[in-house]
Amino acid sequence: MALSGLEIFKLLPKTNCKKCGQPTCLAFAMALAQKKVGLDQCPDASEQARTSLAAAAAPPMRLITFGAGPAACKTGQETVLFRHEEKFHSPTIIALALPDDLAPEALAARAKTIQAFAFERVGQAMPIGAVAVIHRSGDAGRFAAAADFAKGLCKALILVTDSPDAAKAALAHVKDSRPLLCAATDATAAAMAALAKDAKCPLVARAATPEALAALTEKLKAAGCEDLVLWLDTPDAWAGMEGLTLERQLALKKNFRPLGYPTIAFATDGSPEDQAAAASALVCKFAGIVVVETVEPWALLAILTTQQNIYTDPQKPVQVEPKLYAVGEAGPDSPVLFTTNFSLTYYTVEGDVEASRIPAWILCVDTEGTSVLTAYSGDKLNEKTVAKAMKAANLETVVRHRKLIIPGYVAVMSGKLEEETGWEILVGPRESSVIPRYLQEVWRS
Amino acid sequence: MPLPASGMNYTGSVNTVTLGGGRRKTTVTVGGAKTVPYGGPRAACGHRPAIAIDVLDAPPEGWPAPLAEAYAGVLGDPAAWARKAVEEFGADLVCVKFDGVHPDKGNLGADHAVDVTRRVLDAVGVPLVLWGCDNAEKDNAVMPKISEAAKGEKVLLGTVTQDNYKNLTALALADGHFLIAEAPLDINIAKQVNILVSDMGFPLERLVMYQTTGALGYGMEYAYSIQERERLAALGSDKLMAAPLICDVGTEAWGAKEARATSEQAPQWGDAARRGPAWEAVTAVTLLQSGVDILRMRHPTAVATVRRYLDRLWGTKA
Repeated sequence: MALSGLEIFKLLPKTNCKKCGQPTCLAFAMALAQKKVGLDQCPDASEQARTSLAAAAAPPMRLITFGAGPAACKTGQETVLFRHEEKFHSPTIIALALPDDLAPEALAARAKTIQAFAFERVGQAMPIGAVAVIHRSGDAGRFAAAADFAKGLCKALILVTDSPDAAKAALAHVKDSRPLLCAATDATAAAMAALAKDAKCPLVARAATPEALAALTEKLKAAGCEDLVLWLDTPDAWAGMEGLTLERQLALKKNFRPLGYPTIAFATDGSPEDQAAAASALVCKFAGIVVVETVEPWALLAILTTQQNIYTDPQKPVQVEPKLYAVGEAGPDSPVLFTTNFSLTYYTVEGDVEASRIPAWILCVDTEGTSVLTAYSGDKLNEKTVAKAMKAANLETVVRHRKLIIPGYVAVMSGKLEEETGWEILVGPRESSVIPRYLQEVWRS
Repeated sequence: MPLPASGMNYTGSVNTVTLGGGRRKTTVTVGGAKTVPYGGPRAACGHRPAIAIDVLDAPPEGWPAPLAEAYAGVLGDPAAWARKAVEEFGADLVCVKFDGVHPDKGNLGADHAVDVTRRVLDAVGVPLVLWGCDNAEKDNAVMPKISEAAKGEKVLLGTVTQDNYKNLTALALADGHFLIAEAPLDINIAKQVNILVSDMGFPLERLVMYQTTGALGYGMEYAYSIQERERLAALGSDKLMAAPLICDVGTEAWGAKEARATSEQAPQWGDAARRGPAWEAVTAVTLLQSGVDILRMRHPTAVATVRRYLDRLWGTKA
């Protein structure tokens, strides 16, 4: 949160020397608050003034990077509590647990499963961002070996252990890949901070209440660690959710620095269904990193889709690639319908065409991600754009007939479109939900 | 370390709605939140959200195998279906969806709808949601009979829209029911419908809002953000936007490809028998974060997952 003019004034020399070009220090302070000038224009500003102003200008939630090279992950620097206010910036990193007490074959098998995942929706890849090596064996050497093995997966690493000895052993193998060290508690703060500092890796602070977390981050900061991640570790699920919201509120609305860090949360308990549910809730409620244990593809698909949906920019409609799509075993005699490339419009139409159980072609026209009526009134959906899309898709060679089904809402463009393309125009239903009946009754007859 | 005050001070709250009366053996109370979902102590978050399990008035067509199998043997018998939903699957409410009345889906008449309503009322003791076929003309013909058949039972009746509200509003007022006000993904229309309905003398305290629902991956985030904005409006003391919310999770989630595709069609997504219910459960749990109060759901495994999720937060129900 920016400082007010008066707060800045208190930090200035108050000499009214005019060297900055302003008549008084107060005027300069006011201009600074409005970001019209920079502090460097004051030659006599103290070191303290510079530090305070720089701190006030820093983002309220720190950006944390871990992992190296192409595996690097970013979390933090969020700016809003509700996605509609702007957007959420750093998509929740989904991390899969790799327990160090697995037998070597089991470890290898799990690693192979993790590496094979390649989820994709609406043309966007949905990667598993990180692997969390979890210290359950009680044996520092085994933890280090598992971490060393996990390094080969080329994912960002999270080293989950309470033991500074185990952490040290693992860091000796993987510190070049800049892992996230997880976690320092009040009891281990000094030892873990020293390890994180030495390895130049970010550190998780773990405590049972937001108050204790704030105290711990101050302690770690004093020990030289500034790249921190918050882990509110409480057995009370309600307190966990409430705490995540409170941390976000205090960081963003109160500029409360001790909680101005991204968060990590674990959804490793219960069935894969329970983990999918808990992880998805955490994605909605501000967790920067979520660790799950399940490797059921359907559970991960649901969690990753939640992440994709919630982190979509509400100001920018999600678009589908404008091209010709086949629904079912569409062939040269199948009907052709067109719609726009606004993802919600397209997928609604696709779902209803699928429900008709009649194989069909959907020509997805580029309307810059707007719906049928919006595109029509904005002149993005007209006989020219439709004809262009038909040509680009080589529709004349795809189907034998020359019939095009158009959305009922743009029936008015039938004449011009028929003129432009020479195709017979059939006016389809206004509501997508009527498409099944339309195809079954009107197209078939 | 002492924390500063969060500064999130809300003055308004979501209305509290208690469904069920007459011969109902239980009531369901939802709403009452004074803060954002899970953003404050339990006491400030109102009542635990409720789960309504869908019962269709006529055998559904095109249900994917995992869903149809869960209700094998009762799909043609709404009363037995409702009993199963309550006794085996623990539904807080039963939502009778009158799809069979729709001109395109069976075109059944008012006599049929009344018969189904009576049989379900007799079969279970939980409060009901009675949801028309979403065809204005047909709903106007059939819903009056349904409403009358459930008179005094304080059911939740739906839906009224901007273009079709007079008939059903008058009925709900006369028969002592609650109303679902529908506005597809538009917060301004939502307010408009509430104004229209309340201008007819219908108390705002008997309204539940329905913004239509997007499945996970199919517009869930639109419903999510609108519902979040509606909650904030309610907390900001906008009385017209203070009604609790209902989502149709079951229909939407089971329309998604990720829920419907068989294991053979999508081997990369894993076991379809668990995938579909998980898709429904996750759709529900995400929408819970935006502030929904009543979830319409379908698959018993999805219902069980959501119930376990709610139990962890709210404690096990007595």
